[in-house]
Amino acid sequence: MNMATVVNPVTERENYLNQEYGVRSWLLTTDHKRIALLYLASITFFFFVGGLFALLIRLELLTPAGDLVQADTYNKLFTMHGQIMVFFFLVPSIPAVLGNFLVPLMIGARDLAFPRINLLSWYLYIIAGILMMHAVLTGGVDTGWTFYTPFSTAFSNTKVIEAGLAIFVVGFSSILTGLNFVVTIHRMRAPGMTWWRLPLFIWSMYATSIIFLLGTPVLAITLTLVIFERAFHLGIFDPTRGGDPLLFQHLFWFYSHPAVYIMILPSMGIISEIVPCFSRKRIFGYSFVAMASIGIAVLGFLVWAHHMFVAGMSIYAALIFSFLSYLVAVPSAIKVFNWTATLYKGSITFSTPLLYAFGFIGLFTMGGLTGLFLAALGVDVHVTDTYFVIAHFHYIMVGGAVMGYLGGMHFWWPKISGRMYPESLGRLAALIVFIGFNLTFFPQFILGYLGMPRRYWQYPPEFQVLNVLSTAGSTILAVGYLLPMAYFLWSMRYGKHAEPNPWGAAGLEWMTPSPPPTFNFEETPLVTWEAYDYGNIDLPKEVPVER
Amino acid sequence: MSDSPAIVESHNPEQQHHFADMEQQRQASSLGMWLFLATEVMFFGGMFCAYLIYRYWYYPEFAAGSKTLDIRLGAINTAVLICSSLTVALSVRAAQFGKRKLLVTLLVATILLGLVFLGIKGVEWASKFEEHHVPGYSFHFEPQAPSHPNTKIDPQRIQIFFSLYFAMTGIHALHMVIGVGLFAVLTFYAWKGRYNSAYYTPIENAGLYWHFVDIIWIYLFPLLYLIDRKK
Repeated sequence: MNMATVVNPVTERENYLNQEYGVRSWLLTTDHKRIALLYLASITFFFFVGGLFALLIRLELLTPAGDLVQADTYNKLFTMHGQIMVFFFLVPSIPAVLGNFLVPLMIGARDLAFPRINLLSWYLYIIAGILMMHAVLTGGVDTGWTFYTPFSTAFSNTKVIEAGLAIFVVGFSSILTGLNFVVTIHRMRAPGMTWWRLPLFIWSMYATSIIFLLGTPVLAITLTLVIFERAFHLGIFDPTRGGDPLLFQHLFWFYSHPAVYIMILPSMGIISEIVPCFSRKRIFGYSFVAMASIGIAVLGFLVWAHHMFVAGMSIYAALIFSFLSYLVAVPSAIKVFNWTATLYKGSITFSTPLLYAFGFIGLFTMGGLTGLFLAALGVDVHVTDTYFVIAHFHYIMVGGAVMGYLGGMHFWWPKISGRMYPESLGRLAALIVFIGFNLTFFPQFILGYLGMPRRYWQYPPEFQVLNVLSTAGSTILAVGYLLPMAYFLWSMRYGKHAEPNPWGAAGLEWMTPSPPPTFNFEETPLVTWEAYDYGNIDLPKEVPVER
Repeated sequence: MSDSPAIVESHNPEQQHHFADMEQQRQASSLGMWLFLATEVMFFGGMFCAYLIYRYWYYPEFAAGSKTLDIRLGAINTAVLICSSLTVALSVRAAQFGKRKLLVTLLVATILLGLVFLGIKGVEWASKFEEHHVPGYSFHFEPQAPSHPNTKIDPQRIQIFFSLYFAMTGIHALHMVIGVGLFAVLTFYAWKGRYNSAYYTPIENAGLYWHFVDIIWIYLFPLLYLIDRKK
């Protein structure tokens, strides 16, 4: 090629986005970076479907009377909001998008260990998504996202089998993603990338993948048994034949409590990347933060029955589960303290990703502390099944997981797209999300404490002021979510071209061009430095080459 | 997809280009298979957990239900599966030594043994339908004299035993069907001579899967068929 024709070397350079064009090159790709973008598009779709249900719920609750929708419709709204948000957005969000994109890049690999299985997991997600949307559009489900028996097996007249099948399949997609990550992290690390040099995002992905592998199959068999009970009249959870609905709850929460950590651990990993970068310091207590991820994953498997304190459990079992639930707070607190200690005396830049990280730290702390209220047996009896619980887990899942996800999307967007997003608009959106979030969910803590139960479509008039606040907040939150989507799309065409390392961040993913070439690195890197080496970041770093 | 810019080595045609060498590829596949089997343990674990609890609660019903199962067919099936595990183990060996004909023979033998198992299982299931022992509206059970005169048997609760019986053997059989399909594909490739001493991971991994399915049956047989069989 004639050098004179190269107008812009950045756009001309071959990368994973421009190497091939056309629908086929996307739908049959085995490149982890392209699969990440396929996931990004799909989970964004489901985020807005789930969000639409959330807005309808909030609109119904604007007035005390049940006027916008019928009780039956309301049941379906909160069920499908929960199922779509949990299984089709939150669980796959960070692992399948940012994890898929970053795991090979961060450890210096050319791809995940099983690229075709990676593509298969996206197709499974899409099959599950079609099943779920079909269930939604042909009548919906009204069991609550928890599928509690015997209502789901014997009484509900809605699309339980279809939704159960959808979640079974999407679970299989998560299992394959987790399996791919574990094998990749074990077997594909670049020379010199030892376990204690891994970025903390990788540690959190590893912990998440362990939960995927050990938790999701239990959900799969539980839903299978529910489906068998509806379809073939087996009676494993049927009390009229001696079956025990509580067994269903135990099995369900054995997955679904660790699933909370599937949602929050990846966000914690992102925060551990953002905080050192924008305070220009090595993370405080690297090994403690890493081991806290593993600790959360392990302890997370031992606390499930705190969802069942009022369901009729032995008081001694409840005591033990209460104690173990408190224990989970220890590794969580280690992380929060270490992030704070990292910020201490750092040279802080208040960029968009860091604003989301601040939001995460504050909101996660509130969500975590109110979780301790719920782990306390006496308090739990008072606030079970009230809006206090709703507010608590939204602080973790929306205030924590989604904040982390958005922070990570902003942090790595230059790497993913090769373009910069508008910084001032980014900061504005982060602020809007923070304000909207708190206005939506803080009133729900008070509502719950005053005794407003969850899952009702009408309520006594004295609760209206707080509900109006919450609904108002949810519209602000919606604006905060639409804004990044708009400017991300805008930046893909009009954004400034990104440097390989626009933030001056440490980590292998920043040592390759933005966007990266198909095989990630021109040469396999040889790692000779520690993670978060911000003390020496300004020294010229020659990437020594193996072979 | 273009090739990796960096490596030009004399490499095995089976090597995928994101791996540095065959050894890394083999280790990755092997680890992946073991992790998959761990998920399978958790998957079956849910049913074994339910079995444990209900058997503890409803022991007389479980014993009564168990006695209606055909211990002869169950035992034959156990033997069939153990034999198939042997043929699988030998097929891995044959692949390692690159003995193509032996490999194909052993894989076909495995498939046939798998089909025999499924056939016998089908016969057992069919007789359960005839006896109205399938849970649901047409379930009917005449309790024989209980082994101990003062234990009462609740016919409703026997449905729990049969629910677990059908769920566990049904999902096990589904795994067998998948395994047979897997081996059919592998037989085709083995016949074309794809496997040799440098590349036999698919045979090894399918073998691991088959052994796992086999082991599940080794547990299912005593748990379902051999409750309180002493005379």
